[in-house]
Amino acid sequence: MERELICTVCPLGCQMKAVLVNGRVKSVSGNSCRRGVVYARNELVAPRRMVTCAVPARNGKLPMGSLKTARDVPKEKIFDVIKAMKAACLIAPVTLGEVVIEDVADTGVPVVSTKAVPAMG
Amino acid sequence: MEETIDIVVIGGGPAGLSAAISARESGIESIVIIERDVVLGGILNQCVHCGFGLHNFGEELSGPEYAARYVDRVAELGISCELDTMVLEISKDRVVTMVSPDKGLRRLKAGAIILAMGCRERPRGALNIPGFRPAGIYTAGTAQRLINLEGYLPGRDAVILGSGDIGLITARRMALEGAKVRLVAELQSYPGGLRRNIVQCLEDFNIPLLLSHTVVNVHGHDRVEGVTLAEVDENLKPIPGTEQYVPCDTLLLSVGLLPENEISRGAGVALNPATGGPFVNSDFSTNIEGIFACGNVLHVHDLVDRVSQEAAQAGSAAADYVKSGKRMSVNAITIKAGPGIRYTVPSYIQKEMLPEKVLIRFRVTMRRRDVYICGLFDGKEAVRRKRPIVSPGEMEELVLEGAELENVNEVTIFVED
Repeated sequence: MERELICTVCPLGCQMKAVLVNGRVKSVSGNSCRRGVVYARNELVAPRRMVTCAVPARNGKLPMGSLKTARDVPKEKIFDVIKAMKAACLIAPVTLGEVVIEDVADTGVPVVSTKAVPAMG
Repeated sequence: MEETIDIVVIGGGPAGLSAAISARESGIESIVIIERDVVLGGILNQCVHCGFGLHNFGEELSGPEYAARYVDRVAELGISCELDTMVLEISKDRVVTMVSPDKGLRRLKAGAIILAMGCRERPRGALNIPGFRPAGIYTAGTAQRLINLEGYLPGRDAVILGSGDIGLITARRMALEGAKVRLVAELQSYPGGLRRNIVQCLEDFNIPLLLSHTVVNVHGHDRVEGVTLAEVDENLKPIPGTEQYVPCDTLLLSVGLLPENEISRGAGVALNPATGGPFVNSDFSTNIEGIFACGNVLHVHDLVDRVSQEAAQAGSAAADYVKSGKRMSVNAITIKAGPGIRYTVPSYIQKEMLPEKVLIRFRVTMRRRDVYICGLFDGKEAVRRKRPIVSPGEMEELVLEGAELENVNEVTIFVED
């Protein structure tokens, strides 16, 4: 099976073609460097993304805190991760880097706070 | 009787923070950052997505995390900040007039001023889109602020005009928040934002991108009910007969960023029409003695990492000016933007104490592959750099050797195939 994709590693944006056999990338063409091959392999077989969002912070000097996955997670789990983030209860004070969810949506990846929210008063 | 401060930094976003830190590290004690919001960090506070800091920290940080690096350093250095304080005007002799709810109207006399006010989004009014004024039309950045800082969803069914990065990032954010994002319409025949954002903000969410399209009408009286899109021709004019109606309750506009130089004009700072920001020398000084500029107020950047670098240079230059009382900008080499170049920053290079290396940032007028960036010194070719690809959406850099600029009066930068 042949798939077309545009590489996002550098501004060149090489238009690449990849040949997949049994779910594995057999060959890549159209890339200008080795990084394109790695990108194609990851992107076509097991794409992963960072997920971020803003959530309310109770009792905080700011109304909202913000979260991110500590590492990228499988792309197909993005909405499950968002749902879990939205369900997390942030209560000020929240520190930057604080682990808010240990393992989000069975990805094995934690969710951490990306913003310090001091407590009110 | 005004208080005198050595360096007044107007704006507490990434540029202002970096400039203030650099000025302090250059030995200036008396510094104040004036910020109109209630917190430091500027636009980064609402950019909860990742992608910042790859160049400066080797990490992919979210906006608030990147800002925190600088905010923490400002606190560590004990640099004074006036929050919730709006600068109303600055004068040619560097008197800063500002107002805040708790301290009222105050004036400061500045040894040097660093302009770091950032930019504004181009609003609907400037686009002359017909229709009533229904609720539900926002600039993309306003929508981003409402969602990420205030916890409101601006609408449930959105059309986005403009495929610059802000439009793309906000498209993804709306989708993640549960809104239906119908499409992104882009006036040009090519997308405005990074390829990475096309993939991760549109393709990931199956949001169609309509190139060479624009919004020609907005429907709805109290609330947006829909928009009419039309295809545009090579002159970017709508083609009659191509109109299509798209129902929606929200229209988000991502159609340009404009450096915010109202107060700069008031002080007589000369602005470059190609950037919307001040003309500056290689030390980031403007035509008004003691007034410097950096960050998005000078020219709109793509990467915050570059803003921080630029602002650090402006901060140390302002510090040098305050310490020496010597102004660099009067006798200068002119930099001309030749064919293929939309603008350069700086526009001048100081002749006294030529720096070892001069960094010129610029943007090209068109997306081109396999080109040379060339530099003429007084008409003679002096620099030729190969670039596999250049694009208006990606700021480029060229480094010149100070030694080669002795006795040069004019530098022209241009693009050649």
